[in-house]
Amino acid sequence: MAERGFDIRRQTGFTTIAMACFFMLYMPIILLVVYSFNAGSSIAIWEGFSWRWYVSAWDNEQVQEATVRSLIIAVCAAGISTTVAVLAALATTRTRKFKGQSVVFAMINQPLMVPEIVTAVALLIFFAMIKVATGYTGLLYLIMAHSAFCIPFAYLPIRARLQGMDLSLEQAAADLYATPYQVFRRITLPQLWPGILAGAMLAFVISLDDVVITEFVKSAGQDTLPTYMLGQLRRVVTPEINAISTVLLAISVTLVIAFTILSKRKT
Amino acid sequence: MAGQAISQDKAAARRRWLLLVPALTILIFAASGPLLITLVYSFLAPGDFGGVEWEFSTDAWFNVILQRDIFEDTLGWSDAHLSIFWRSVKLSLMTTLVCLILGFPTAYFIATRPKSQRELWMLLIIIPFWTNLLIRTFAILELIRNEGTVNTVLIGLGVIDEPIQMLFTEFAIIIGMVYVYLPLMVLPIYASMERLNFSLVEAGYDLYATRFQVLRRVILPLVKPGVIAGSILVFVPSLGAYVTPRVMGGGNQLMIGNLIELQFGQGRNWPLGAALSITLLAIVMVALILYVRAVGDDEVRHG
Repeated sequence: MAERGFDIRRQTGFTTIAMACFFMLYMPIILLVVYSFNAGSSIAIWEGFSWRWYVSAWDNEQVQEATVRSLIIAVCAAGISTTVAVLAALATTRTRKFKGQSVVFAMINQPLMVPEIVTAVALLIFFAMIKVATGYTGLLYLIMAHSAFCIPFAYLPIRARLQGMDLSLEQAAADLYATPYQVFRRITLPQLWPGILAGAMLAFVISLDDVVITEFVKSAGQDTLPTYMLGQLRRVVTPEINAISTVLLAISVTLVIAFTILSKRKT
Repeated sequence: MAGQAISQDKAAARRRWLLLVPALTILIFAASGPLLITLVYSFLAPGDFGGVEWEFSTDAWFNVILQRDIFEDTLGWSDAHLSIFWRSVKLSLMTTLVCLILGFPTAYFIATRPKSQRELWMLLIIIPFWTNLLIRTFAILELIRNEGTVNTVLIGLGVIDEPIQMLFTEFAIIIGMVYVYLPLMVLPIYASMERLNFSLVEAGYDLYATRFQVLRRVILPLVKPGVIAGSILVFVPSLGAYVTPRVMGGGNQLMIGNLIELQFGQGRNWPLGAALSITLLAIVMVALILYVRAVGDDEVRHG
């Protein structure tokens, strides 16, 4: 018998290490946020509170352009990847096992398994060929690339939701002579919405944060916020980068919390 | 009846493939296709200003680990490449180990909280995970650079007189990668720890096992799939890391990812870059296959 008050779950030192982990995870981020409000231009010496770096980021034309570009790409990529992911998820959850299923799964999950740098240079090679052949150097390459690697992130929560859904409603509708489209539009889609929104948010965050693939695929003058920041790191760093980071951080945190709530919601 | 069933099956199959077409088109165009072209490129000759000459050549593959001495025309090991490969594997293994040492107790801590608290602790792990990798790397950079927080505080306290050079070392890369990939270790370990039946732990104590014995003989074997999954999830992206070594390691501490980039940038040797990419991919695939085997076997044993 264990003695009274003996907590069988406790392991010596584990709580200390866990607390150290949480401290380690958050301290650098918190410092980053704090120094984005520094009045001075140092990122280590506090000189009082000021919004000046947010103002200077806001007035910086390169930052403005990069922000607009980042948002265009992320919205397009999230929209495209979520749409095709819904279709793909329907195809892979609502039918029996089929020939080529494992190939389809491998292709959908490829962006998760192949190291990002490998995907990046593969896209560099392929798009360089197309750029030479067509002369087109617009944003479509980046949108295509982002859509592709966002697909698994949109697909997974949507498929999870489809698998968790009760099939009897859809079967009842089909028994009542609803066409497959009607079943989808009237029965499946309303139940699937939280999954779709969750998938779209993940895709949006993933696209907004990508730096490696964008760095390799972008044509000249097509910086997004992350590639702009990466470029700035080579020069003198001012808290302006902290300010941009803080804004991006706030967007990610908001979307992730929304995602968590959405993927828990039952209907 | 049978004929009708078959034609229904065919209609379902047709619909399934129609639904898959949009996703597969994008993936072929911007994922699988480019990867195949990379493989083709690795067997071509380099062009003068980047790009390739369309003639078959296995030089790139030779150059991955061998090099020809231009003066004596002899073949030798490519020390530069081998040392970068070795550094990548070494730093990735060390990152995985440190993540395991920190991540296992953290996952255990969360799994042993009351149910109502667990979601909050998990959210605290997930938030950094979804925070831009560049931002997190940058946050660590600010901490350990010469004029950074750590050195400023230590000098302020009079512990040291001169800033400690931490940036641009292997230590900095490990710190950076641990920081960035730690959540990937905690998440799967927590997932398998959450299902752990603590009455088995209790049974262990009742049979006079010490805490350490219970940990080693009861808990560890049961959460092994999570530990393996976490280790793979940390090891694989560490091996292909590009941003962290570039920011934290500077020009002297390259890893495979940076070596690949060099071939497409200054090196202007695209076939070599392609061959290095395929090599990295092959190493990652081997690790993934080993993982599937290890976890697969384990599931069989524990039913």
